[in-house]
Amino acid sequence: MKAQTLFEKIWQRHLVVPETSEHPAILYIDCHLVHEVTSPQAFTELRTRGLKVRRTDRTFATLDHSIPTDSERSAYLNAATRHQVQTLRENCQEFAVPLFDLDSGDQGIVHVMGPELGLTLPGSTIVCGDSHTATHGAFGALAFGIGTSEVGHVLATQCLLQSQPKTMAVYVKGSLGPGVSAKDLILEIIRTLGFAGGTGYVLEYKGEAISAMSMEERMTLCNMTIEAGARAGLIAPDATTFAYLKGRRFAPKDAAWDAALSDWIQLSSDPQAVYDAEITIDAAALTPMVTYGTSPDQAVGIQARIPAARSPSETKALAYMQLESEQRMEGIPVDVVFIGSCTNGRLSDLRAAAQVFSGRQKAPQVRVLVVPGSQAVKKAAEEEGLDVIFRDAGAEWREPGCSLCIAMNGDQLEPGQCAVSTSNRNFAGRQGKGARTILASPVTAAAAAIAGCVTDPRPYLF
Amino acid sequence: MQALHTLESKFLLLDQENIDTDQIIPARFLTKTDKNGFGQELFYDWRYTADGHKREDVELNRRQAEGLQILVAGTNFGCGSSREHAVWALRDYGFRVVIAPSIGDIFKSNALKNGVLPIEIASDVLAVLRQQRDSVLSIDVLQQIFGVLGRETYSFTLDAFAKTCLLQGVDALGYLMQKEAQIYAFEARRPLC
Repeated sequence: MKAQTLFEKIWQRHLVVPETSEHPAILYIDCHLVHEVTSPQAFTELRTRGLKVRRTDRTFATLDHSIPTDSERSAYLNAATRHQVQTLRENCQEFAVPLFDLDSGDQGIVHVMGPELGLTLPGSTIVCGDSHTATHGAFGALAFGIGTSEVGHVLATQCLLQSQPKTMAVYVKGSLGPGVSAKDLILEIIRTLGFAGGTGYVLEYKGEAISAMSMEERMTLCNMTIEAGARAGLIAPDATTFAYLKGRRFAPKDAAWDAALSDWIQLSSDPQAVYDAEITIDAAALTPMVTYGTSPDQAVGIQARIPAARSPSETKALAYMQLESEQRMEGIPVDVVFIGSCTNGRLSDLRAAAQVFSGRQKAPQVRVLVVPGSQAVKKAAEEEGLDVIFRDAGAEWREPGCSLCIAMNGDQLEPGQCAVSTSNRNFAGRQGKGARTILASPVTAAAAAIAGCVTDPRPYLF
Repeated sequence: MQALHTLESKFLLLDQENIDTDQIIPARFLTKTDKNGFGQELFYDWRYTADGHKREDVELNRRQAEGLQILVAGTNFGCGSSREHAVWALRDYGFRVVIAPSIGDIFKSNALKNGVLPIEIASDVLAVLRQQRDSVLSIDVLQQIFGVLGRETYSFTLDAFAKTCLLQGVDALGYLMQKEAQIYAFEARRPLC
């Protein structure tokens, strides 16, 4: 049999009807995650056509994008977002879709909640009306974001029409240095590939640096795959994956676990498998990374200077950011620090930030928001006393949600403000009209909060 | 879905790379629960001042009355978020065709599900269009060609299924629903997960 990549193995397992010259493949979807922003029009489509949700046992909803993160959950952006949240509740009730609501103890950002509950399984297909669905690829699941029309397709048929993408191997050799994280690595990968360099590909991350990573680090890595244009990122499941999954609520149990495990251990690319493209990144050469522009590929090492603009769009990006070529990143003043999101809102991210904050105070002029990725993360962090460390440092400890990553929930920057943010997008206006975003890891963000400016986090760690 | 066969229109050029879906429609406008009316918020932060006044120096506003149906943009148009609202906003404004040297994967897929045709071109064709800003473009979906009226035409790729849907004005859900028997058969034989 022809040697296959991990992607090809998962793809073939899910073909209801193979691709032909006349039709895309019909791909079966094992798990569909639903949230309030990209689903209402899809439910309306079902209602209009008199259709049901085909597999309510494979569909899971939660609230994350529009919900306020203040302690009372009351500071909605406007009446429309409040209505949107209520609409999801009504749709889930009408169509019998399980909803992890705000009072469930399980609510969280879809890409934080799914893995926590054991919904994310190796070898499965996972979709969500959200481009950061690639997060779940950390478990060796083929996971990608879809539009609302496709949300309707999956609700009604549990299937999607898809053309087979190409494959790219991203080898990460060596190991990450102290204070250098998965976030820094993915920013370097995006910088290397370019903002559109992965378009049309599924990326498979492999190599010793990847094997050494925890599941939460792997999720951070896969999460931002879309920022290089690729819809999905994959990591072959291994002992780390299985240890994470064992005992989770929706993970297989007992004999089913043993059967699943014997299948999952076979889920890796064959040694002779051929990729359509390959790149290699040297993890050992990396320093903490920060972005300076308005797309995630416009990134540099923390101690570097901003490179000269190579195109009119880069000139425009620097003008928007009120930065200049040759300027040092260190020392750029910061108004807001945001620690959270589906990229960096997990327990290990909060622990890393807390290590920097411990025994220190934020700079007086900086507003610091720490927003756990889920209710489970919040609970675990509080059990460890991380909330006390954040509060003592002068940070706000908020309720779980997308918060300042999407800025449609009441959390937003004022025009002209500059944030160091652990989220995934630094697009113009992403965190509020006229707001400026510098993407960074949790420790880099925490160090910026203390220094009041962009700074190398490593002196705060050792 | 509204069918698209042929179309003639002047075009609007947004000569910028990496126009992400947050620019096309900022997240704070993703609050509606239907698909209508998003055209008002299309490129909102480009079209309106900080205090909400319409900027007349912006082509999207100045030329709105012309009924332009074709948008031409730089590389990697529609990258970023999966929000289909970006396509709904473009369509609601009046655009039926988006032409760019490359277009984001999810945006392309979303566009085709709403009767909006994404056309990817070589960058030298973009250079040609830059020189002919006031000309009328002609699009022929069946022939998969477009060009300035009376001048050179360029072919574009379009997958066979999307083409059929576009020409017939049908969406893909109907096709998927017809495959119910195969979906049941798959579920019956499928392995783990």
